[in-house]
Parts: sequence; structure tokens; C-alpha cells
Amino acid sequence: MSKKVLLNNISVPGIETYDVYRANGGYKSVEKALKMKPDDIVEEIKKSGLRGRGGAGFPTGMKWSFIDKKTSNPHYLVCNADESEPGTFKDRYLMQNLPHLLIEGMIVSSFALDAHTSYIYIRGELLYVYHILEKAIAEAYKAGWLGKNIMGTGYDLDLYVHPGGGAYICGEETGLIESLEGKRGNPRMKPPFPAIQGLWMCPTVVNNVETLAAVVPIMNMGGEEYAKIGVGKSTGTKLISACGHINKPGVYEIELGLPVEEFIYSEEYCGGIKNGKKLKAVVAGGSSVPILPAELIITTAKGEKRLMSYESLADGGFATGTMLGSGGFIAMDETTSVVKNLWNFTRFYHHESCGQCSPCREGTGWMEKVLHKILDGHGTMADIDLLWDIQGKIEGRTICPLGDAAAWPVAAAIRHFRKEFEEYVQNPKSIKNVSYLSDLVEA
Amino acid sequence: MQPTDTHILPKFSEEALAVISRIIKRYPEGKQKSAILPVLHLAQAEFGGWLSPETMDYVATILNILPVEVYEVASFYSMFNLTPVGKCVIEVCRTGPCWLLGAEDIVNYLQDKLGIKVGETTADGMFTLKTVECLAACGTAPVIQLGEMYLENMDTKKVDKMLNDCRTNIKEPISHWSKKHIKKDPA
Repeated sequence: MSKKVLLNNISVPGIETYDVYRANGGYKSVEKALKMKPDDIVEEIKKSGLRGRGGAGFPTGMKWSFIDKKTSNPHYLVCNADESEPGTFKDRYLMQNLPHLLIEGMIVSSFALDAHTSYIYIRGELLYVYHILEKAIAEAYKAGWLGKNIMGTGYDLDLYVHPGGGAYICGEETGLIESLEGKRGNPRMKPPFPAIQGLWMCPTVVNNVETLAAVVPIMNMGGEEYAKIGVGKSTGTKLISACGHINKPGVYEIELGLPVEEFIYSEEYCGGIKNGKKLKAVVAGGSSVPILPAELIITTAKGEKRLMSYESLADGGFATGTMLGSGGFIAMDETTSVVKNLWNFTRFYHHESCGQCSPCREGTGWMEKVLHKILDGHGTMADIDLLWDIQGKIEGRTICPLGDAAAWPVAAAIRHFRKEFEEYVQNPKSIKNVSYLSDLVEA
Repeated sequence: MQPTDTHILPKFSEEALAVISRIIKRYPEGKQKSAILPVLHLAQAEFGGWLSPETMDYVATILNILPVEVYEVASFYSMFNLTPVGKCVIEVCRTGPCWLLGAEDIVNYLQDKLGIKVGETTADGMFTLKTVECLAACGTAPVIQLGEMYLENMDTKKVDKMLNDCRTNIKEPISHWSKKHIKKDPA
């Protein structure tokens, strides 16, 4: 299963430049789309079954159809390129190698949404990619794909890149919008949803880089053809960024439905676990999704082969399943301390909490401290229950999903690896290498 | 009267002002505040790698907003340094995937080698050591960001080379928005 519709031309020398990209069939989807009615493009996306590739998996066509058409305010399309979910590096890979694919997808999508100004919000750390995109956008303007009266159709579109400043929370769509308005990235209460009141209180659609890039093959092959790729409601392909203790880390385009076991062990993908070690656990969709022990990631609780798809990874709910999420696939070998890894992730969420909601602001720091106490050899059995209690009081009680994202990893680690916590409490000598923790723990 | 301290009163170069005026035009009229993040990046590039209160006040005048609107933004985002830094800010990713593959060894090695702790600057003003959260380069972990560059698959040998290269080649402070892009703006 090596069906590729996004990265098929990635190894063509010079594909990042306009001329080579165009010579390899680039911008054909724009030629096709600008002759269509915008609503028909939205229909095509609905038919394709495309779901948001940033992590939530919400149907893209449906998201587009929510945009307020009655208002006289301008519509905006914003590309979410604030890729910050630990384990995820697919959008960076796509943008730096195929900048024109994103631009092409954004032109078609902007036309479908009746947007005449669109932005790519890229995380600030990726300023070198910002300059790659600026160069590609300048080329697209020069070739007549952006600007006034594109290809003589009367359609005008301006596309700009906007850098962030270093904040995970700006990957949340309303936090991103606040940031794009020049403010702190504090997420907004919903409703109103961005499709009604988003950027500068105008109707706005925010889509992930990979989602907008996928619009190109969908337009080229048609929604129905695209929907034939994949499995069930998980249509199409997905970019998976694989990292951790595997032989071949990197970005892979997989057809949804690929067995997880094949993804981990075949030479075509991860190539197995590094140094001949055994797999202990996997975080399959970015740090926020529940960690699963090796046996549950390979096979579901029902004994079926686990597949790389939205449904199969979620099979069993959070009791025995997880999520496809952003496609940030982190493999951990048998030597990994799940507790220490959890402390690391929890510190991340504490650091990245914007501070608006008490359960998240206080809870993430509290969980970090309790985990630090356990890793310092002073934990008690009650601390494990306390962690469970705190995470349950964060989940679902915050404005944005960062609270859930911080709670789920804690819950899953205790659910599947409680014995390891207990061992650390009962036998602190089993804890190794904590000096780094003490030096860097946040006040 | 001339200021008695060594602090240089901020004034963007002509090249940077040209970049800024092009950026401000990207947003609707009256929404120039949106340009704050790119302008702060440019300010950090032009004024020694950090944002002094004077620099932030200056940015406020450029964008025609209140100084407090700049302070509250600059203090929210992790890329902005609000205290002076060395010429080279070494940013080591400390999050999960990098940590799994030895980021803590890299941090410990750098602390030993430079004789400073995370958050500190060497006495010669050459290096500041920072740890940062996930840089979206987990497949090439451990990762260090140095200016605009991503240094990937790091080990102690590569760290040594990085430090030597910095000492030999870096005379002026470097920053995320590389000065070569200010001089060579596509517009």
C-alpha cells in the first residue's frame, strides 16, 4: 500500500520552484476549479470524505459549508501551519519541499470559500520556511495564479504568510486567530464559531496545511475517486511523521487503513525498533493522544488488527484505544520510562497553558509537580490517585482542548502502566537519571 | 544630552523599515496591530537579539498602538527575549521525542562545556543556553535551533563543531529572522 497523492513528486529535483512544479502538473487544479461554481467545489470536498488533518478529523466539506454567506463582511481562509504538537513534523516537511502544493490548495480553497485574502500562519520557529513560502508566493504572483483577475476569470486573491512567536496554543484555531490579530494567543469561547465570527470578527475558515494540500488531488481526480482511497470513513492518504525508537524516522504518506504492525515493522516505513529492542508503547497521533502499550497498538481489544485509520485507532474508546490525531507517531522501546516521558509531556502542557482557565493553568502545574515528586523518589500511592483525580477535573472544563490534551496522556499512562508508577513509589532506587529533572524543573 | 549607558536608542535600518511597510499592507486598514509578531522578530534581529523596553516602545510607535499592547504580546511568546542574550542563543529542544533520543545529554554537555546553566549567558557574551519546546523536527532528534537554522541529529561531536563554528564566524548577534532576508526582501 504505497498510494501517494501528496508526496508523489517530492523527489523531483527542483520541485520547490515554480517552473518544475508547473511542469509536473502543478496548478492544474486551479485551472479546473476556477471554471466551477464555488458551491460545487465544496460538494466535491464533501464527496471526498476529507477530514481535517491537523488532529481533530472534522469533515472539511462540512466545515466549509458553515461559513456565513449572508454577511457583507469579507471571508478569510487561514492556513494553520503552527505545527507544534510533539511528535508532529509533517507540515514542515510538506511546506519546505512542496511550497507550491500548499499555495495551489489554498487558491482552490479560497475560491470555494469566496475569500479574497488568505493567510498562512506559520510557527515563528520556522522562519526559514516562512522565507521559502514567501519566495514561492512571489513566483505564483508573477505567474498570474495570485493577485487581480486570476487567469482572466475576474477572481482576485491575495495570499500572505504570517509568522507566530512561539506558542503551542496558537495551533488552536481561535488562539491562532487572536494571534493573527496581534494579540496574546488566548483561545476564544465558542460559539460564535470562526465560520461566523473569526478573524477581525469576519467569517473565517482555519484549515491545517495537509488538509489544504489534499484539496489539490481531490480536485484533480474528483471527490468520488479520492474517497475510494483509504478505508470506510477514513478516506484518502495521511502524512505520518514517525519518530522515537525506530530505525527509519521520517514523514510517510500512507493510505489510511494500513495495519499499524506493517507501518512499524516493514522496511517501507519505520523499519522496526532501533537496536533490536522490543516495542514498549506508542503515542500514535501526537503527544495529546492516549499512549497505548505495544500489544494494544498492534491488535485491538477485540483481537482485530489495528489499522492506521480514524476509526480503528479509536476502537475501544479511551479504555483500550487512542486517536489518529495529527499523525505524530512516537514509538518507545522497552527501556523507556513511561512515567518520566509523561512528566516531560506534562511539563510541556504546563509551559504551554495560556493561563485563562484555572483547571488547566493550575492543574497542569500540579500534575507536573506530583510527577516530579514521584520521579524524585518521594512519591506515595496516594499521589497516583491524586494524578488521576486532577486529570479528571481538567478534562472538559476548559475553553479550548489544551486541557483535554494535557489530561488524556496522564489518564492513559496510569490506565495502562500503573504498575510502573507503583514500582517507582515502592522502590525509588529503580528510578534512574533524575539530575536533569531537578535542574530544569520549572518554578 | 547623550545617553550615558551603552544602550543604543533603537532605529530600524532602511531595509527593515521597507520590510515592515510591506508587511503592514497585508492587513486591512486599521488592523496594523496584526503586524506585531513579524515586527518584533525584525526588532530582535536588528537590536541585539532581545527586546528592551525602549525597543518595545519604539515598535509601539511604528504600529501606532499602546506600549502595553506590545509588552503583553512580547511576554506571551517564547521566542522573544526580554533580557539581554549572547551573540548566539542555543535553543535545545527538550520535549518528548528529542528527550527520548538524548536531548538531556546534549543539555548536560552544553552546560559543562560552556560552564553555564540553562537560561544563562557565558561571561564573554558569546553564548546563551536555552531549552525550548517541540520544534517540529522529531524525526531528526535531538534538535538545536541556532538563529534560523535547525541543527538536526545532534550529538556531542556536532555540538563541539557548532561551538567552534560560532566562535570563528559569528561577530554580530544572530537571530531567528536572519539579516540576509532583511537585506534581500522579495519586494
